[in-house]
Amino acid sequence: MITTIDMERFNSALAPSAVMLENMNAKISVRDFDFSYGSAKVLHGIVLDIPDRQVTALIGPSGCGKSTFIRSINRMNDIIPNARAKGTISIDGRDIYSADTDVVSLRRRVGMVFQKSNPFPKSIYDNIAYGPRIGGMRNKRELNELVEKSLIRAALWDEVKDRLHESAFALSGGQQQRLCIARALAVDPEVLLMDEPASALDPIATTKIEELIWDLKVNYTIVIVTHNMQQAARVSDRTAFFMLGRLIEYADTKTIFMNPKEKMTEDYVTGRFG
Amino acid sequence: MSNARIRKIISAIAESLCGLAVLIALVPLVLILFYVVKHGFTSLNWAFFTQMPKPVGEVGGGMANAIVGTLILIAIAALFAVPFGCLCGIHLSEYPASKFSSIVRFAADVLNGVPSIVVGIFAYGLVVLPVRRFSAMAGGFALGVLMIPVVVRTTEELLRLVPPGLREGALALGATRSRAVFSVIVPAALPGILTGILVATARVAGETAPLLFTSFNNRYWTTNIAQPMASLTVQVYTYANSPYEDWIRQAWAGAFLLVIIILVLSIIARVSVRRLERMNRP
Repeated sequence: MITTIDMERFNSALAPSAVMLENMNAKISVRDFDFSYGSAKVLHGIVLDIPDRQVTALIGPSGCGKSTFIRSINRMNDIIPNARAKGTISIDGRDIYSADTDVVSLRRRVGMVFQKSNPFPKSIYDNIAYGPRIGGMRNKRELNELVEKSLIRAALWDEVKDRLHESAFALSGGQQQRLCIARALAVDPEVLLMDEPASALDPIATTKIEELIWDLKVNYTIVIVTHNMQQAARVSDRTAFFMLGRLIEYADTKTIFMNPKEKMTEDYVTGRFG
Repeated sequence: MSNARIRKIISAIAESLCGLAVLIALVPLVLILFYVVKHGFTSLNWAFFTQMPKPVGEVGGGMANAIVGTLILIAIAALFAVPFGCLCGIHLSEYPASKFSSIVRFAADVLNGVPSIVVGIFAYGLVVLPVRRFSAMAGGFALGVLMIPVVVRTTEELLRLVPPGLREGALALGATRSRAVFSVIVPAALPGILTGILVATARVAGETAPLLFTSFNNRYWTTNIAQPMASLTVQVYTYANSPYEDWIRQAWAGAFLLVIIILVLSIIARVSVRRLERMNRP
């Protein structure tokens, strides 16, 4: 079921890293995906399938391209001047880099949570209602219900239900991050991208986020970038190891951590470099 | 002498020089305020606010028309400069590196340094000459031109201080670029932008030169912006240069009132900023 590249092909710097899924429902299919900032190529021929309603972790040393990759899935990199993508990323079989893709509706289907929590300088309520409102929802009752539902899903409702109209900045760091998750859930995405969502949080807040990820995968396809090996092991079903802009190995999380095929993967997950 | 002793002496000298510099900077301010308050406050009376100027030679009367005139002129200036300046600042912060932006930025900085009398002449040529009549509109326009560069640069600088994460957050929720700017980025910078606008308003409220040949002066009551209009600054200028003791007394009162107007604008700026910032801070 798992295929990985051999090192000779990797070193030749030509062949794509090929990892596809069999017997599994791929939500996101990446084929020969290259990405460059100006003349600097940061992703080389990425090939992988991300399964529906599972958690896929992207790991690898700093600068390996995992963040660039996750930001390619909702075309967040479009805002960077001179950025260029080649190859395809398909969601439900439709290429999101095709000319007829509407980036705005793509981003409503593919939510994102950032490394640094970024609540808007508005009330807790208005933060959650932001996405639905720009989507055209005006009905007060519908909005109230949606805000409540999203906060419950993000396991934040009980902590904030009595102060929905206070500033979002009054929340603690971990609560702010869960608010950002709730805000992303409020537009009802299918895919949730998380770029190191817990890297700025203390262990207790991190545990809460991880439990939340575990709950959310029933309904959402989750892709998470993490620097924390234990976290990848705890929350993810599948893990992809990136290095120097290439996908080195992609398999069940258990396999990656217990029985990796590649020497490089083993060295990385056992902490020999990083 | 030991090293430590020398160091302490040098430190003491440096400290006293700094203190002296502060004193020198504060003395004119304190003196100005002292004289304005001393002469101005005692010259203020109810008639000053409610009555029109009396004919030459008669004692009494007030500056009701000039007070209202100044408010109207400031309003015209703000109505013209604020939308224009803010949109311009938004453009600069959204396209910071474009050639056009750097030209606009340079132009705004040059305009900021242009003497206000030159701006007055410009408004005279553009608004007064074609209709051959002084008007409040021309005066408001001149003040607005003076306000624009300040509003543009404050707006730009404050927008660029907004953390880029907010923009990404909005875009990731499916906001278009303009939506992200107007619903998240501008509101985040709004307290600071408002302060900038009020500071710019306070600055032009005290301008005399650009009004001398635009709104000119008017001894009669008018709220018609197509007519010449009195303003506190020009009235103070006229009265202070007169030989009549009562006019000089009223000039002091006018100067005092100007200081109060600027003070009130600054206080409004501070209070409104604090209120708006409550959403930005815990």
